[in-house]
Amino acid sequence: MSNNNKKWFSLNLGRKDKESSGSCGCGKTSGGCGSHASETTEMTDEAFAEAAINASIGEERVKDGFEQVFDVKMDRRSAFKKLTASLLIGAGAVSTSCSMISGDESKEKAQIDWEEQFKGNYKLMTDEEKQATVDRLMRSYELRTGKNISMSSKNAEDDVLFGYAFNISKCQGYMDCVNACVEENNQDRDSQMQYIRIHEMKDGKGFNFNEADDNYYHEVPAEGHFYMGTQCFHCDNPPCVEVCPVQATWREADGLVVVDYDWCVGCRYCMAACPYDGRRFNWSKPEVPEAEVNHNQHYLGNRLRKKGVMEKCTFCVQRSRAGKNPACVEACPTGARIFGNLLDPKSTIRWVLENKKVFRLKEDLGTEPKFWYFMD
Amino acid sequence: MRRFKVLKSLIRDSLDTITHGSRKYHLWMAALTFIMLVGMYCYSIQLDQGLSVTGMTDKVSWGLYISNFTFLVGVAAAAVMLVMPTYVLKDIDFKQAVLIGEGVAVAALIMCLAFVIADMGGPSVLWHMIPGIGVFNFPNSMLTWDVLVLNGYLFLNITIPFYILFRHYQGKKSKKSVYVPGAFISVFWAVAIHLVTAFLYQGLQARPFWNNALLGPRFLASAFAAGPALIILVLAIIRSYTTFKIEDKTIKKIAMVVTVAAQINLIMLISELFKEFYAPTHHSESAYYLFFGLDGKNALLPWIWTAISLNVLATVILTFHKLRNNFKVLFFACFILFIAIWIEKGFGLIVPGFIPGPYGKIAEYTPTGIEIGVTLGIWALGAFVFTILAKTAIGIEIGKLRYKK
Repeated sequence: MSNNNKKWFSLNLGRKDKESSGSCGCGKTSGGCGSHASETTEMTDEAFAEAAINASIGEERVKDGFEQVFDVKMDRRSAFKKLTASLLIGAGAVSTSCSMISGDESKEKAQIDWEEQFKGNYKLMTDEEKQATVDRLMRSYELRTGKNISMSSKNAEDDVLFGYAFNISKCQGYMDCVNACVEENNQDRDSQMQYIRIHEMKDGKGFNFNEADDNYYHEVPAEGHFYMGTQCFHCDNPPCVEVCPVQATWREADGLVVVDYDWCVGCRYCMAACPYDGRRFNWSKPEVPEAEVNHNQHYLGNRLRKKGVMEKCTFCVQRSRAGKNPACVEACPTGARIFGNLLDPKSTIRWVLENKKVFRLKEDLGTEPKFWYFMD
Repeated sequence: MRRFKVLKSLIRDSLDTITHGSRKYHLWMAALTFIMLVGMYCYSIQLDQGLSVTGMTDKVSWGLYISNFTFLVGVAAAAVMLVMPTYVLKDIDFKQAVLIGEGVAVAALIMCLAFVIADMGGPSVLWHMIPGIGVFNFPNSMLTWDVLVLNGYLFLNITIPFYILFRHYQGKKSKKSVYVPGAFISVFWAVAIHLVTAFLYQGLQARPFWNNALLGPRFLASAFAAGPALIILVLAIIRSYTTFKIEDKTIKKIAMVVTVAAQINLIMLISELFKEFYAPTHHSESAYYLFFGLDGKNALLPWIWTAISLNVLATVILTFHKLRNNFKVLFFACFILFIAIWIEKGFGLIVPGFIPGPYGKIAEYTPTGIEIGVTLGIWALGAFVFTILAKTAIGIEIGKLRYKK
């Protein structure tokens, strides 16, 4: 099981693991499969360009940008000349951004950025405004990358309250859920951000989180151990929501606790308030290689985040509101994860709650998590 | 119209005062400017790359910035210990000291706001917090309370001294009916800013180290020790470098305030230690980490034991009248008390709140050079602001600055 799935979601930014091995995608190690045929002509093109550039700018290429500009001997007169010129270029840049003649695309981009910077809180938007911001974000992505994404602003449905149950007896610690979550939710690959943690606990010690290991690198299931997953529990009385100074995080009508990434100011008060380690912060600009971006997005869910904002598990709002299971539930090979509508008496989750001895973590804190644990 | 003329002249005169001074003064201001520039450079790196350039992580998500913020709120609140006797209890002794105290409060508040902004992930969308154009989660979030009380206190501490100095500048006496109500409010307000800041942490059920009822009162006690201790030191410096007259009696009275607050603070510390270690529970782990280290992780040990020993030493020195009335000893005691409380109520309070994490994980926190650079820059900013305010105020008070018709 899960032999090919790494536990970590390793980065593929410009690293050429396959090429370096000397073999080709067709599987042969020696030439002749045909897929390398074009390489020779490409190389000559490159070499030609190299020679041409060398001839034209010569040694300036060796110096980096800073040195090129500052490591030059000049007298006062030419220094002033250059300063004036750069001032004019700066003024020019400002005027083009506001001018009538500049390209429509860059103007549109500027318009979108402006409207996005000064839009309101998603929680308080009307449906039209929600649609407008989603349209803007899709268009902005298209303008920047030339690719299309679909982004939903679907609201919570009536008579739906999402809940989650975790079967401790079944979980074997494969961490397929962790991988699926990262792939689905476009988390930052650089910092290896993960919403789910799987705690490996020793048999006979009970639920001893202090001695548990959530960072293991060995074959599972390990002898004499059992596994327990944690993530955001989507509390009914979430402390993180109370403390947010700008209401950038809230509980939706279907019970999902969500974040408006564009409204968050990044104070991290919610992180301090969460008793379940359910929140993550983008300490630097999140990086997701374009090829790995999940293009099926929701405004409150897996759309691409920016630097300095909070994010968290949303029970895959882009999936759950479309009638699907969250990625972790779907990826789990053991069936330890159960998700469903708590208000539907025929749902599996209701059956579990009614027929199993369920419990929740840190119930004494009064947070009312909608995430239950049970055993067979 | 006349008032605008006076204001214009006041601004011109104060600009003149703050740009002229002795060689030492210029060196002091140049050094502060240099540190501020370094801090700004560090902050520009942080803006560019994000908060990943700091030592903070998902495990310990508040660090040096919030620690200093918490401590400085206390320093700001302590100005009240001078305001009350002067304006309300009509104790004339403090009148000279109180303007300095309010200057310290203004500088401390500016530092507080700077530290909060430095800690923000998205300073460009800070307008989301402004009531009216943004969404202000009042009264649910204690952070919004803090924004209100801090800015309100800043307003009070700017307007009251400004009114008094503005009158004195014109050679008039300030009217009691104008400033006494303001002073009254600021007394309650000072208690509020510190209690609200304590509630910021005290209200989090997720962090047992903070979630105790003594946190608020202990904040007040330590603030009323550290703040006036700083004011004593500042008065000592002003006394020796300017002709501004500060009587021994004034300093002795403030020393009394420091002494009582330090004693109460120590009693509360003992109460806290007793609770954590007599019958240790799962919730005492943060205290264990702070005082003894957990699992071989003990980064805070040298700090906290330095703080405790300095704290006890200072309190003992202050308690004996003979020692306290010797100014050299007094200044030393004030200095070590200030350092002790800065450690204890700064990162000695904030960092252990996150260790161990919600599931018992122990990840330590070490600030990076950039973080320390920004922090020093903000302290320099505070000192810079205070020097400007104090120089102008002293100029007016000793009669050097006067409005010429």
